[in-house]
Amino acid sequence: MTATNLRQDQRMDQIMAVLLRSGVLLAASLVFIGGVVYISRHDSPAIDYRVFQGEPEELRTVGGILREAAKFHGRGLIQLGLLVLIATPVARVLFSVFAFLYERDWTYVAITMIVLALLCYSLFGGGGL
Amino acid sequence: MHTLEFTLLVGMGSLLAGFLGSLTGLGGGVVIVPMLTLLFHVDIRYAIGAALVSVIATSSGAAAAYVKEGYSNVRVGMFLEIATTAGALVGAAVALHLHVSVIAIIFGLALIYSAYSSLPEKSEQTTDVAPDRIATWLRMDSSYPTDKGMARYHVRGVLLGFGLMFGAGVLSGLLGIGSGAVKVLAMDRAMKLPFKVSTTTSNFMIGVTAAASAGIYLSRGYIDPGIAMPVMLGVLGGSLVGARVLAGAKVRSLRLVFAVVIGFLAVEMIYNGFAGKM
Repeated sequence: MTATNLRQDQRMDQIMAVLLRSGVLLAASLVFIGGVVYISRHDSPAIDYRVFQGEPEELRTVGGILREAAKFHGRGLIQLGLLVLIATPVARVLFSVFAFLYERDWTYVAITMIVLALLCYSLFGGGGL
Repeated sequence: MHTLEFTLLVGMGSLLAGFLGSLTGLGGGVVIVPMLTLLFHVDIRYAIGAALVSVIATSSGAAAAYVKEGYSNVRVGMFLEIATTAGALVGAAVALHLHVSVIAIIFGLALIYSAYSSLPEKSEQTTDVAPDRIATWLRMDSSYPTDKGMARYHVRGVLLGFGLMFGAGVLSGLLGIGSGAVKVLAMDRAMKLPFKVSTTTSNFMIGVTAAASAGIYLSRGYIDPGIAMPVMLGVLGGSLVGARVLAGAKVRSLRLVFAVVIGFLAVEMIYNGFAGKM
């Protein structure tokens, strides 16, 4: 690896750190706000989680979660925060694709694209597994 | 139990789990599932969903600090993520078809391994190994900061590491844990990375691996906002505090206590699995 390459890698690391930190911060804020809304409106005995029922449709798809969050529903906002959290590592991988493209490191562009494809499959097509 | 009470209790338990997990290096996710199932009687599928989410939060938070310091090897991490994400997809798909008792038993065994692997003090390896053909082609060799300035190192055993990483991914998708112990084993022993590089690179990869299985758990309806909210906030807060304390703390005895607690939880999970109590 040449010196310029090494410096390039370090700059890439710096941006990546900022990206990860902002993603986690945004996710935690959304989950916290959603939690406050959720608790303030649910002054009832907690749900019995002993029985597994699975989440309703609107809390398990990207479109459904966005609609629920837009209505300012507590559970929808929490789910949106969790979606942002899941998207944070995905965004990091997407950023790496561009960073390796910029370096013209084609092997790693390909490697990173494979990882990205696997992640997208899980988020958008994984329900059918 | 009221919603507020449940949220606060789970939140405090998660705070403690995140704190101890970050101090001992075992990660908070590993005790979340036993805590939720054994203490709060939550179905193990909800528990795994919530644990996965907390794993992404702590890993991304910690990775931000590590990449900045220049310890983690981004190329090694990215290449091995092919194996871990593919494994995670397989693990999550298998989990959907396994009986909860079987998952509980496998979970218990994985806990015992995590507890065991955390026990011996690892010494910093400075053995200079010869370059490896595949690693050279993939330009994995790099350097990391030490007391005496930047030290260069070579990467070995790429294929064996890749295979072990696939296994780590399967476990992560199946059980909702980071599988940090297996990841470090692959990079430390098989690929001969310096210890500091392998732990931080592993941390860097855990978030991506967990995101791969979390996508499936979310679209399957296994991630419940009412449980995931206190778990995620608690573990994240606890691990941030733990990372601050870590600098001046004597973790040796604490690590031993935590390992014993995890071993005990593991036995109870396995017993419950066999007794059909999950």
